[in-house]
Amino acid sequence: MNGKLVISSSPHLRTIQSVQSVMLDVLIALGPVAAVAIFLFGYRALITMSVAVFAAMLTEALWLRQLNIFGDGSAAVTGLLLAMTLPPDVVWWIPAIGSVVAIIVGKQVFGGVGNNIFNPALVGRAVLLTSWGAHLVGPIWPVPKPFHFMADISAVSGATPLAGEAEALGISLNQLLIGNFAGCLGETSALALLLGGFWLLYKGHIDWRIPGGFIGTVWLMGTLFGGGFYENSVSTGLFHVLAGGVLLGALFMATDMVTSPVTPWGKLIFGVGCGLITMLIRLFGTYPEGVTFAILTMNALTPLLDKFTIPRKFGEVKQVA
Amino acid sequence: MDNPYLADITRGIFKENPIFRLVLGMCPTLAITVLIKNGLGMGLAVIAVLTCSNVVVSSLRRYIPEQVRIPCYIVIIATFVTIIEMVLQAYVPALYAALGVFVPLIVVNCIILGRAEAFAGKQPVLRSLCDGIGSGVGFTLGLLLLSVVREIFGSGTFLAETNYAVQLFGPNFEPMRIFAQPAGAFIVLGLLLALTNIVFKRLQID
Repeated sequence: MNGKLVISSSPHLRTIQSVQSVMLDVLIALGPVAAVAIFLFGYRALITMSVAVFAAMLTEALWLRQLNIFGDGSAAVTGLLLAMTLPPDVVWWIPAIGSVVAIIVGKQVFGGVGNNIFNPALVGRAVLLTSWGAHLVGPIWPVPKPFHFMADISAVSGATPLAGEAEALGISLNQLLIGNFAGCLGETSALALLLGGFWLLYKGHIDWRIPGGFIGTVWLMGTLFGGGFYENSVSTGLFHVLAGGVLLGALFMATDMVTSPVTPWGKLIFGVGCGLITMLIRLFGTYPEGVTFAILTMNALTPLLDKFTIPRKFGEVKQVA
Repeated sequence: MDNPYLADITRGIFKENPIFRLVLGMCPTLAITVLIKNGLGMGLAVIAVLTCSNVVVSSLRRYIPEQVRIPCYIVIIATFVTIIEMVLQAYVPALYAALGVFVPLIVVNCIILGRAEAFAGKQPVLRSLCDGIGSGVGFTLGLLLLSVVREIFGSGTFLAETNYAVQLFGPNFEPMRIFAQPAGAFIVLGLLLALTNIVFKRLQID
């Protein structure tokens, strides 16, 4: 004891956790996903990710007029997440503009980190998607070439599982799990995504309710209404979980602590809502994929969900209307 | 500013700008500002209707019963909108087609009814005339600002569909199409609102 009596208001319990440490954990969680993306798609994946991350960090540093370009790390996470939602062979200025929009329109105009209503990376992607849709969801996708770092991936192209009938493409569930198929950078390997997701769960940064509700709903809807074009309807449900951006969205984007509810029931409803909208767009909409718009829509409902699902305090009597 | 007539004009442009300060008339603002030509056309139409309706409302203000003033204002405004609509249809049919349903909708434009209710219904004719011109010009400037940003980014052109059309960027330029879409209109309006707030604060206009 140094003999000093500290008199201050609560909180008295402090944590060593900071915004920076959380963001570092997210970056670590994205590590396997990024590694698999580079392994599958070679140097093009590395370029896309670097451009997005650097543009995001530079925009944030310039906006905040700070010299430390890494800052609290949230810009790097936004940039990397944005890159994960882009095709591997995308033109370099797409991730650059996407990152600038994500940081400025998605985050800083609302007052910076912690104040944004919508997930910044998804705002960036939504703007890119509505502006240059042809670059993002073109019918032709590069097919991965594992072990060939310098491979010219655009030479061989195919369709994504969601766009074409997976059966015709001959993509098995095992393949979807490992990630050896055409798709966006971060959505191909389910295993790597799950690995990162478990790391975040273990660190306590995300709650199981959001990804659980999200993935569960997608599986259920896929099983019930997917048309059963796989071996059986249960595998069709699994196909909808593993193909496309559901895992990336459910584990890394819907769980963004700023833009998702804080109450337990709110989180569950949030996750289920994301899943429902995703599957509605996939099965009955014109876009092949609906994760982006599903999460953005639910982001908008977050304050409402928080308001209606406040847990009853211990001993509080239910009010009779 | 001692001259009340000059004050009436500048107030509509800066301090009570319909788009950036009062946030009125958002429907045409968001819908038709895809091209500068449309923005200017809509702005001029509103200036004409607003000035005429302000003058007539002001000159009849002693004869309009308090209880039925809104229907009376609507009749006056609708008269001028119909005139403008016919003029546009006769002399600039292309612009008329581009503005579409938003020309007849000037009747229910909040700015025009708002100025009639808040100003012209109580003030003398000459001041109402100045107020109408000021608010109309303020609205037009706002529309122009919005449509310049949206046309440059959303189409990559300047003054398209006119004799002075300029292709701003090279043939390989791929415009940021969201700016030409409704979602982009909201984003641009939000950013411009924030920007004008900063500028007005710095200049201490408010």
